[in-house]
Parts: sequence; C-alpha cells; structure tokens
Amino acid sequence: MLDILKELLFSSGVVSLTGGNLVMWLVSFVLLYLAIKKQYEPLLLLPIAFGILIVNLPLTYLMEPEHGLVWFFYHYGIEMDIIPPLIFLGLGAMIDFGPLIANPKTMLLGAGAQAGLYVTFFAAVLFGFDLQEAGAIAIIGGADGPTTIYLTSKLAPHLLGATAVSAYAYMALVPIIQPPMMKLLTTEKERKIVMTKLRPVSKLQKVCFPIITAMTIMLVVPPAAPLISMLMLGNLFKESGVVERLSKSASNELMNIVTIFLGLSVGATMTAGTFLSPKVLFIFFLGLFAFIVSTGAGLIMAKIMNLFLKDKINPLIGAAGVSAVPMAARCVHKVGSEANRRNYLLMYAMGPNVAGVIGTVVAAAILLQNLG
Amino acid sequence: MPDLLAPIAGNVWKILVAVGDKVELDDELVILEALKMETPIYCDDSGTVTAIKVKEGDAVNDGDVLLVIG
Repeated sequence: MLDILKELLFSSGVVSLTGGNLVMWLVSFVLLYLAIKKQYEPLLLLPIAFGILIVNLPLTYLMEPEHGLVWFFYHYGIEMDIIPPLIFLGLGAMIDFGPLIANPKTMLLGAGAQAGLYVTFFAAVLFGFDLQEAGAIAIIGGADGPTTIYLTSKLAPHLLGATAVSAYAYMALVPIIQPPMMKLLTTEKERKIVMTKLRPVSKLQKVCFPIITAMTIMLVVPPAAPLISMLMLGNLFKESGVVERLSKSASNELMNIVTIFLGLSVGATMTAGTFLSPKVLFIFFLGLFAFIVSTGAGLIMAKIMNLFLKDKINPLIGAAGVSAVPMAARCVHKVGSEANRRNYLLMYAMGPNVAGVIGTVVAAAILLQNLG
Repeated sequence: MPDLLAPIAGNVWKILVAVGDKVELDDELVILEALKMETPIYCDDSGTVTAIKVKEGDAVNDGDVLLVIG
C-alpha cells in the first residue's frame, strides 16, 4: 500500500517542482489578476498567463518539441510566422486609415516615433545584448504586439515571452506612461491648439490606399511583406464594401481564434528556465525606455513640423505615433481635453496612430533585413 | 445661438437634457462614444433646448446636429 502511494507520489509532478516553477506561478497569478480584475489587455494577458501556469507544471511536457500540444500551436503558429500576419489581417479590417489619408503629413509622426526603437537598439547593445536580441527588444518601443512577436520569433526566439509580455503590458499602460511625457514636452498653450477640420476622404481614396501602400512598402522594404500584405488585404476587405463577410470573419472570428493560440503559445515559452534571468528584467526596463523615447520622439517631431506649418498641429498628436491603436489616440484626446475641454483630438490623433502601425512594421522589416 | 453639433464621429451614448431645459455655457449636454471612449460635449452659449435631433445609440457623423438650442 505504502509502495503504491510512493509510486504515485514520484510519478506526479509535485516532486519535480522547482523554486523557479513556483515563482512563475506567481508571475502567472499576477498577470491573471491584471487581466481579470484590472482588465489590462485581457484578451491576450489571460491566455498568456494561463500558458505560463501550465508550462510550469512539471512532467506535462506541453512544450516538448514534436510531442506537446502547446508546442504544436507554437511551432505552426509562431515559429512558422502564421499567426502575427493573421492578426494583422484582422487589424486591417478594423482600422480606418481615413484620418491618415485626410492628413498625410501625420505619416511623419508615425515615422518619427520610431526613433525610440533605434535609440533603444544601441542602448541594448551597450547593456551587453547581442545584435539580434537588441533588435527584438527595441521593437517593444513600437508598442505593437504582433510585430514584436513576429520580429522576436525571427531574431531572438528565447526572448519571446519577455518581449511580448512587455509590449502588451506597455500598451495597456499607455494612459499611465504617456501623459507625464506629453506634459513635460509641450506647453499648456501648445496643448490648447485646436486643429483645422479634416478634409473629407472619398471612397475611391480609401480603396486605393491599401493597394498603393502595399505595393510601395513591399517594393521598398520586401521583408515587411508578410505583415503589410495581410494588413492591407484586411483593409481592402473593409473599404471595398463588397466582401463584408470576409471583412467580418477576419476581424472577428479569425482574429479571436488566432488570439487564443497566440496568447497560449507566448505564455508557454515562459518556463522558469528561460524567463527567470536578470536579462529579462533588463528587457522590461529597456522596453519601457523604448516606449518613453518613442513617445518623446513623436512629440518633438510634431513640434518640429509646427516650425514649418501655417496651420499648426497640436503637438500632442505626435505621441500617438507609437502604434498602440487606439489607446495612444485616446490618451492624446484625453490630455488635450484637459487643456481645452472643447478640443476633440481623437480623430486627428488616429492619423499618426495608424501611421505608427505601418511605421513599426517598416522599422521591424529594416531590423530584420540587417540582423536576420 | 447655433445648434449643438457633433465635433467627432461616434455613437450617442447619453443625452443629459430634455426639450425645454434651460442650459448654460459649459453645461454637459450630450456624451458621445467613439473608440470605446466617452466624450462629453459642452454647451457653447446659454439658451433653451427646443429640439433633440438624435436618440441614445444613434451613430452620428462629424458636424451632425445633436440639439437645437434657442
């Protein structure tokens, strides 16, 4: 009888538990709490947190190559680069590029905000990360989850959990991280600037935009193709108005399905062995640094543009050049309305915000081209 | 005085006044919802609400009339 109990005990996962596993449980519980109670990016944090928990239960072999259930999700979904482009397909079907088409100069803000990426890249190299790792860390500054996952899985797959979690965490923390930077770099008078009305955008322009943008970007930076092609196809579904079923499937059912596998797989890369190292703490720190520098770069870019523009723009919209859509635009709107309650910056901020998505993909493609 | 126009596209979330109400400068009259964010729309002058052109849940475009204030 005692032998049977002994055998049961030794074949269970309990005896194989390590201290690291327990720490990862704690990380998982904290993320579950943030997702469920605080509703920070719950659609992603919840499956990520659960992924962390199950992969830190010993002897389950869920991430065992060629055997584990979650490994198959990870291998086919992320390692083979299928899920991030599918997310972009859905994103494209949801994004309205109208504000960007109405005010194309906001593209500069979306590009300017990527400066943080490059600053962080060099900072990460100084901290001792190799070039590939530095590239994966720098992209966190773009605050775009799928692009971060895409690039990290290509350049430094062992950092995937850390870069993905920090990208999504900073996206959720936009309302806390961005306002102090916005207030620091702008004057009350600048924040009060009311912008001139956006010109109306015709349907023809909206239909042509994804086609022309896809062609231009893919011709100039071919490695951006997987993400940009899907983003623009999704947008063409939406704007053409003739394939509503495809547009809805891409932005709802398909997006929801792949989100489950994305979250779970990313979480499952975070075993105690890979996650619990001082490097990871640095990644969170450098990611935050990247995000702050990107916000600042967008704001400064807007101020520089104002030196040349007759109709001044409100420099706050520069902060929306990071690609956290639509969190950054909402944040700009809120800070703008605090300075002038009749200032409705939301749609103006959406221009640089959607430009930021494109900018981050291009930045990722350039990093990939040079480091991959 | 001019009508109250929607400054951004969105959905009408809440209408905080009724026909006949007296309103003053800076009163919160309507709350619009755009990109899952509530945006209050304030009164530009004082007057009386003579008509409400939208109902809660309606989608409005930038520049649509929300309320007529006489």
